[in-house]
Amino acid sequence: MIHFALSDFLPALPEMFLAAAALALLILGVCQGDRSAREIAWLSVLALVVTFALVAAPLHAHGPERQISFYGMFVTDGFGAFSKMLVLAGSALSLIVAMRYNEQEGIARPEYPVLVLLATVGMMAMVSANDLISLYVGLELQSLALYVLAAFQRDTLRSTEAGLKYFVLGALASGMLLYGASMVYGFAGTTAFDTLARDFADGGTASIGLVIGIVLIAVGLAFKVSAVPFHMWTPDVYEGAPTPVTAFFSVAPKIAAMSLFIRVMVGPFGGLLVEWRQVIWFIAVASMLLGAFAALNQTNIKRLMAYSSIGHVGYALIGLAAGSAIGVRGILVYLAIYLFMNIGTFTVILCMRRDGKLVENIDELAGLSRTQPGMALALAIFMFSMAGIPPLAGFFAKLYVFLAAIDAGLYGLAVIGVLASVVGAFYYLRIVKLMYFDEPKGAFDKPIGREMQAVLVLTALVILFFFAWPGLLVDGADAVASALFSG
Amino acid sequence: MPVAAVFLPLVASFIAGFFGRWIGDRGAQLVTCAAMLIAAALGITLFVQVGLHGQSRVVDLLNWMDTGDLQVQWSLRFDALSATMVAVVTIVSAMVHVYSVGYMAHDHSIPRFMSYLSIFTFFMLMLVTADNFVQLFFGWEGVGLASYLLIGFWFDRPSANAAAIKAFVVNRVGDFGFALGIFAVYYLFGSLQFDTVFAAAPEVAKSSLNFLGHNYPALTVTCLLLFVGAMGKSAQLGLHTWLPDAMEGPTPVSALIHAATMVTAGVFMLARLSPLFEYSETALAVVVVVGGTTAMFAASVGMAQNDIKRVIAYSTCSQLGYMFFAAGVSAYGAAMFHLMTHAFFKALLFLGAGSVIHAMSGEQDMRKMGGIRYLIPYTYILMWIGSLALAGIWPFAGYYSKDTILEASYAAGTGVGLYAYWVGIVVAFLTAFYSWRLIFMTFHGKTRASHDVMHHAHESPPVMLWPLYVLAAGAIVAGFLGFNHFVGEEHEGFWREAIFVLPAHDTLGRIEELPMWVSKLPLVVALLGIFSAWVAYIWRPGIPTWVTSHFRPIYLFVLNKWYFDELYDAVFVRPAFAIGHGLWKKGDGAVIDGLGPDGLAETTRGLSVWASRLQTGYLYHYAFAMLIGVVALVSWYLLFQIG
Repeated sequence: MIHFALSDFLPALPEMFLAAAALALLILGVCQGDRSAREIAWLSVLALVVTFALVAAPLHAHGPERQISFYGMFVTDGFGAFSKMLVLAGSALSLIVAMRYNEQEGIARPEYPVLVLLATVGMMAMVSANDLISLYVGLELQSLALYVLAAFQRDTLRSTEAGLKYFVLGALASGMLLYGASMVYGFAGTTAFDTLARDFADGGTASIGLVIGIVLIAVGLAFKVSAVPFHMWTPDVYEGAPTPVTAFFSVAPKIAAMSLFIRVMVGPFGGLLVEWRQVIWFIAVASMLLGAFAALNQTNIKRLMAYSSIGHVGYALIGLAAGSAIGVRGILVYLAIYLFMNIGTFTVILCMRRDGKLVENIDELAGLSRTQPGMALALAIFMFSMAGIPPLAGFFAKLYVFLAAIDAGLYGLAVIGVLASVVGAFYYLRIVKLMYFDEPKGAFDKPIGREMQAVLVLTALVILFFFAWPGLLVDGADAVASALFSG
Repeated sequence: MPVAAVFLPLVASFIAGFFGRWIGDRGAQLVTCAAMLIAAALGITLFVQVGLHGQSRVVDLLNWMDTGDLQVQWSLRFDALSATMVAVVTIVSAMVHVYSVGYMAHDHSIPRFMSYLSIFTFFMLMLVTADNFVQLFFGWEGVGLASYLLIGFWFDRPSANAAAIKAFVVNRVGDFGFALGIFAVYYLFGSLQFDTVFAAAPEVAKSSLNFLGHNYPALTVTCLLLFVGAMGKSAQLGLHTWLPDAMEGPTPVSALIHAATMVTAGVFMLARLSPLFEYSETALAVVVVVGGTTAMFAASVGMAQNDIKRVIAYSTCSQLGYMFFAAGVSAYGAAMFHLMTHAFFKALLFLGAGSVIHAMSGEQDMRKMGGIRYLIPYTYILMWIGSLALAGIWPFAGYYSKDTILEASYAAGTGVGLYAYWVGIVVAFLTAFYSWRLIFMTFHGKTRASHDVMHHAHESPPVMLWPLYVLAAGAIVAGFLGFNHFVGEEHEGFWREAIFVLPAHDTLGRIEELPMWVSKLPLVVALLGIFSAWVAYIWRPGIPTWVTSHFRPIYLFVLNKWYFDELYDAVFVRPAFAIGHGLWKKGDGAVIDGLGPDGLAETTRGLSVWASRLQTGYLYHYAFAMLIGVVALVSWYLLFQIG
């Protein structure tokens, strides 16, 4: 007989609150109809902020304390809290910048924020997973919401196609992950992370079946972070999905999946680092190179951002390949900075609207510095940061993962990373060149909206002045990353 | 005070150069001229203190380099040698500054010009007050830069740019030798400080240097390398080609840089480094031969030139030859004496020529002048004074200095000394001849200029004439005033430690014992030269034409400057261009760009197209790629496990 005490549920309070809020808002939306879209969106943002506070409060009060609940299924620790905060911030920011776009495109419906909230609940569950079963449950909760979001503009062909592609390939990836999980269970006899970690801790050699199981799980996760060669869906889905959805896709799910990736690889399979490092190494290199090269002759800015995000995932994976506390710290810092750069960039993309029509071609940015200097400056900051030009934040993001690679003796990886970032710099700087040196093509529609301006200013300032107070982020990431390894 | 003399020009140059826009033409002229006149006053005071009263000193300014064994200071060294140079440089420079106010009155960028002149003066002063080789080199390069800027001052003229580049490149050859010499000094002595090096010279003179398996006397090699630097800067035979072309610069520049000061830096260097050169007989002999040959070469070429400034330029080159062979026979005092007198009369001649050019509306070809002595009488008289001094007619300045040089080279008693003496005699004749050829062609006879030009011909304004008067006074009195101190009875008390001469080399001390004719011959041939010029250009004007037609090969040889430019063009310039062109097109364009930037970019582009082609848009392709990826990863993993 299972006995529940209230305190058993306390660790999952943020998730439960968010799930309840999502359901409540869904009912509210159904009752009020499409008119309430903006109201519901703001309430969702509020829910995310409250959840953020619920996650942050215990972390603030007790520090990064590890707590297991739900019979070992669910873990709350500093690492999880850190990732959840990034995910929540990403979701909230992408909801804010989505409102205006959805209204203009006629897809402002209450379901949109609710779906984002549900996906976020799934992500939080993923991040806190402590068992292959809970991992899968969280992943699917997230994914199902995302499939729907991708096809949200369901009366356009491209959005529908994007949703379908994502769904089919996502199902395939889920299948692989499940298959891998079953093989792990078959060969190791357990699905619990703690038990697995104990089994492999003393460097016990893995059987071939177990190896294949681990690879399949890694593949499933690599699909979610859109690492090469499981990235194929990314450009099509990014291009086809409505832009706010793309913005959301590019941050929150990616951060969640990357956190999960870290948790799985350094948790249960941490003892097998030497074995799986090769896989991550390959994925990282392939992602960085493809992200750099394939982006070069893209003309659509959303596709460009897709390849850019593939490249960024490659850089972040360098930290995972290092398999150390410094590496994880590097990833967390990278993800945080990436979140701000990407939201900022997508805010600009969402404003690319001329005479009421969307434009997605990179050439449309020509001469932006003369028509909308503020926006051009912000985008230039983001592009320089993504290219990794000091003293902008993107430089430090890369610096920390490269440091980890050097520390782990992965010199080849670091060198390839630097070379790839040189190639990547080309297309980021090309955008800057377009904006500042080419003949203007005319201004985008104004005004862009106060909430957009606020997000733009906030993200640009964070990227611009990160170098002044890097400790705020890096120290926190350092603490939780160390805790993950010592725990 | 000594520091002020050196740095005032720098400050003035800075003000005129960077704030010329605000203070205007007049302001720039005022600032630079005032600074230079003050500096000149200070320079004269310094000369009296240091030179005449023997108060030598070294002023330390800053630590410059301090790495390992290498220690270099910024400091100003004031002894008789540098005090003489400081006085000469500041006086001539001040006169040229004032003269430029009038000469450049119609130019568009007066502040820039004045700024360049002042910065040149600063570098020249740094050069002469150097206390170590590095500071010497600093000043050396600085004057080279200023010279480049001033030759190319009228940068809208292609010929001026070409001349500026030529001057710079030819000087680079010399400076390369100089730099190697400095390296050799550091290698041999372990120091670059003059005092340390000079003190150790007698010891080092006995050592030898191994290069490519051969042993060479260390000091001789060092001195010859340093001398290459001197040859470049002082336009000695072989590295002289830039000097005539440098006349593309404004005339005041020619007077200051290419007559009075910068080109004499080589002579100054020999005198400064006399403690080194004294221990190398070979190096001294080379100096004598190069100097004598240069004097001969330049004088012969000067005979056939028609451009008024080029005649004086070759004359400068020739007179520098005198100074060099004087130094070569260890008569450093005589070399410095001639340097000083030459500075006055050559600056006078150049500025006088500038006055002529000014009067003739910019015409420089003497064949289009003539008969203007009544139109510009003051300039005419001043040119006479300058020419008399140049030719060495008593009692003008050149008489004292040139005679001493010739006597000293005879007194040396060596083969090269006698070579120098007889060459010097011939050159004295030629000098007088081409100087009066210039005067007669320019001022006498019937005019060959157009009516328009003659109509506008006018005497220069006072602001241009007054500096000429000052220089003319110098050209007249500098000789007999300086004789005693520089080369006469008091010369040892004057130079003290600044110049070092081995007792065996004391040529100046032996002058008194020479036969009478040795010292009178130069004056005689000079008078003969003047007379010949009169015969050829006034009395029997047909002679030059007869000579040029009957001795055509010789005439052409001389007219074309012994074909040096053509030779260099064929041997160095065109091959260098060919190599450069080849490296540019093939080396850089095809190989480096092709494999490097362009090739990489092309490859990147190709990869990029290929990478985007992967993205077909078909779902089953994507799924297939994923499955292949899984298989590949598993295989790799397994292989890695087994391997």
